Amino acid sequence: MSFISNTKEQQKDMLADIGSTIDDLFSDIPAELMTDEFNLPKGLTEQQVRGALAEIADKNYINLTCFLGGGFYDHFIPAAVYSVISRSEFYTAYTPYQPELSQGTLQAIYEYQSAICRLTEMEVANASLYDGGTAIYEAMMMALRVTGRNKVIVDDSVNPIYRVMIDSYTKNLSIQLEQVECTDGQANRREIFKKLDNDTAAVILQNPNFFGCIDDFSDIADAVHKKGALMIVSCYPISLGILKTPGAMGADIVVGEGQSLGMPMSFGGPYLGFMSSRMKYVRKMPGRIVGKTNDRLGRRSFVLTLQAREQHIRRDKATSNICSNEALCALTAHVYLSLMGKEGLRETAQLCADKASYAYHKLTAIPGVKPRFKAKWFFNEFVLDLPCEAADVIARLIEKGFAAGFPLSRYYENMENAILICVTEKRTKQQIGMLAEALETCL
Amino acid sequence: MKLVFEKSVPRRRAIEVGDSDVPTTININSDFLRETAAELPELSELDVVRHFTELSRMNFGVDTNFYPLGSCTMKYNPKVAERIASYPGFAHLHPLLPQLRMGGMLTQGALRVIYETDILLREITGMAGFTMQPMAGAHGELTGIMIMAAYHRSKGNKKTTVLVPDSAHGTNPASAAIAGYKVVLVPSNDKGVMDINAVKKLLNDEVAGLMLTCPNTLGLFNPHIKKICDLIHSVDGLAYYDGANLNAIVGKARPGDFGFDIVHLNLHKTFATPHGGGGPGAGPVGVKENLVDFLPVSIVIKRDDGTYALEYNRPNSIGYIAPFYGNFAVILKAYVYILMLGKKGLKEVAENAVLNANYIRTKLNSHYKIAYDCICKHECVFSPTDQMLENGIHAIDIAKALIDRGFHPPTVYFPAIVKEALMIEPTETESKETIDAFINAMIDIAELAKTEPEKLKEAPTTTPVSRPDETAAAKNLDIAFLG
Repeated sequence: MSFISNTKEQQKDMLADIGSTIDDLFSDIPAELMTDEFNLPKGLTEQQVRGALAEIADKNYINLTCFLGGGFYDHFIPAAVYSVISRSEFYTAYTPYQPELSQGTLQAIYEYQSAICRLTEMEVANASLYDGGTAIYEAMMMALRVTGRNKVIVDDSVNPIYRVMIDSYTKNLSIQLEQVECTDGQANRREIFKKLDNDTAAVILQNPNFFGCIDDFSDIADAVHKKGALMIVSCYPISLGILKTPGAMGADIVVGEGQSLGMPMSFGGPYLGFMSSRMKYVRKMPGRIVGKTNDRLGRRSFVLTLQAREQHIRRDKATSNICSNEALCALTAHVYLSLMGKEGLRETAQLCADKASYAYHKLTAIPGVKPRFKAKWFFNEFVLDLPCEAADVIARLIEKGFAAGFPLSRYYENMENAILICVTEKRTKQQIGMLAEALETCL
Repeated sequence: MKLVFEKSVPRRRAIEVGDSDVPTTININSDFLRETAAELPELSELDVVRHFTELSRMNFGVDTNFYPLGSCTMKYNPKVAERIASYPGFAHLHPLLPQLRMGGMLTQGALRVIYETDILLREITGMAGFTMQPMAGAHGELTGIMIMAAYHRSKGNKKTTVLVPDSAHGTNPASAAIAGYKVVLVPSNDKGVMDINAVKKLLNDEVAGLMLTCPNTLGLFNPHIKKICDLIHSVDGLAYYDGANLNAIVGKARPGDFGFDIVHLNLHKTFATPHGGGGPGAGPVGVKENLVDFLPVSIVIKRDDGTYALEYNRPNSIGYIAPFYGNFAVILKAYVYILMLGKKGLKEVAENAVLNANYIRTKLNSHYKIAYDCICKHECVFSPTDQMLENGIHAIDIAKALIDRGFHPPTVYFPAIVKEALMIEPTETESKETIDAFINAMIDIAELAKTEPEKLKEAPTTTPVSRPDETAAAKNLDIAFLG
């Protein structure tokens, strides 16, 4: 099935009409570069392909009760989200180059930018980036452009998955990356201030951090600004339903992974990187930006703006090589936030925090299970030290039907027994109780 | 129409979170809490659905009508792929599962999809291995150039420049620059393709490689492509194939056979995954055997017992370029597409894409100025005639007049080497009736441009807005409604 509309007869008619043959039309390719030797299977019908893929999908285990987070979360998604983003006027369109035919996408992105600003308490936002990791990398490059400096300090409780991405992207560039080990689950002020100097472009932090601990970086922002550097904060958007915002802390660039805003986990993507900042840095921002204007009859209109930063105009001098955004994912996040609304998001965030603290108390009541950090406050994830290797225990709990958490030894030294546990609003009191029972028998 | 925030009514709700089933045991210290709730809209579910439905009606997609946006390959996106991507077995799968001990066994279906897509793409392109991680075409380019840099580092080569044709998409020079290379432009010859003598002149030991689309952004296939790749190899450079235009040759020829060392593919173009209004896409990168070790971490492998696993131990790899395994749902849709088309279907894609483009080229040749009067591949590039320009009619006016006739305009003013370019890519999925209607509209516009040009200046008149002021948008910057 090739989805070609024209019949063989029509194809013949068209060829005859232009006085050509298929071979003629490919005569510009040297014959020795053409081939018919493709070892590819015979095509399938829709019925066949649906059957085949249903079988493949069945080989994935999705029935584990999920306490796995690590930056990627199993939140509830209202049906209306999928219903709206399934409108093909949205999903079969491309980048809104022709504003007259794209006011839907453009207004939605303008509203999305506004929602991200309101959520993070910042002044400007772009139309989105690929994911939370590339968003941190782009924020870092933006800070280098803004300051003209070369050194970046990264807290090691920033998601390790993102830190290794930053390492890859900067391998070919002369950027001085300094990592600071967090102390007892909190950003280590002493070490950060020691490294902070007049060559520093940015300090990169995360709240809640990878261990789920929450912090207030206002003091760090003051110190960073005194040195003329920028504070970049990566955050978990659902947590901003209740937590102090990076904007209120004095962040200069805010980024994060938007998956939790209505996107299914889909084995790693597509997701959404969001980015907001201060108005004074807007011209150094990467990615598409939608702006408001008027049309020739004075009607409110939306267009892609500040395009002079971008690759199709600036080519090798552009702020980024990014061409598109993750428009449909940005739309998803915006529809989700519109449905949740002011109170819905706050209540959801509160529910996550309440359930996580309930789970924390249930699990730390098990003999031998101890909180890893002294830090008292967490959002919906926390780290426990088990009396034995965490990876082993997690494997045993899979057999009992739980994705119980993430073993931190995968990314951190001296954390063999540490497990990162996440509780979203979807988990019930009963499921938390069952996890506690199962964990006790697995130790 | 009003913004969603302007429709907000205090205390109106679209969702009910429900009562908590657990006691509140910790109250987070207020120092760590926000002072007031985020000012998100307060609406009913019906309000929200109507708002976005109204927005969608102000949008134009492939499902609306003909969308011949050159170089973007706006072909039909099969619905079955959307359905399959929403299967719970795929949509609800946590990406960290395979990183748990024995967790790979929990995700065998997803790993198989990635592995088999890799194998199929190898066969289609003539490459030895792929990474599925790049999340867009431009991301694929950056990954490819990082692989190029890793190759030169491993050989101790001191390379500083990347050659890029003057007709290239802007992402090519931007990607090379971001990876730390200086960009050197190679001029096109009078036939519209990269000039082999110009390549020879610019060639030296500093050249890390060349980035090229083939066919290029003019829809032209460079007959000397193999020689050009050989030349690049003669200074130990690498030839990079930008797969933006693979739709023209898929199932007929392989970039690997032309001599390319690295390719990226745009799954949202050739492999029919939806463009989403500007993403998400996917830009897998394939390489020849000698570069496989540099591919990003991780790679899906098939073990002797027939199971699939993620390989993390890749000491020469460029590292992690995505958090996980790429835009999995997009890869899945492309996999479904390739399985449905099969060998014969893919070949028909290229043949019909090229037939449709040449049909348009031939039919419009006497009405517009053709950039290069020869066989084209997937797209053809025209400009307004001199008389149209004298009458004050530019590419943008033709584009806007097409909107009033129900069509999405072609790409305009690109490639920049053609003045006033109108770049038309019909794709294989469009019918003769649709294409004929488009041709008639173009001819109608050409006539008006001669006789009543002022009429075209008013276009479009059928859309919610007409010719928004982009200069004012940048000058009086308003990019967020903060109330």
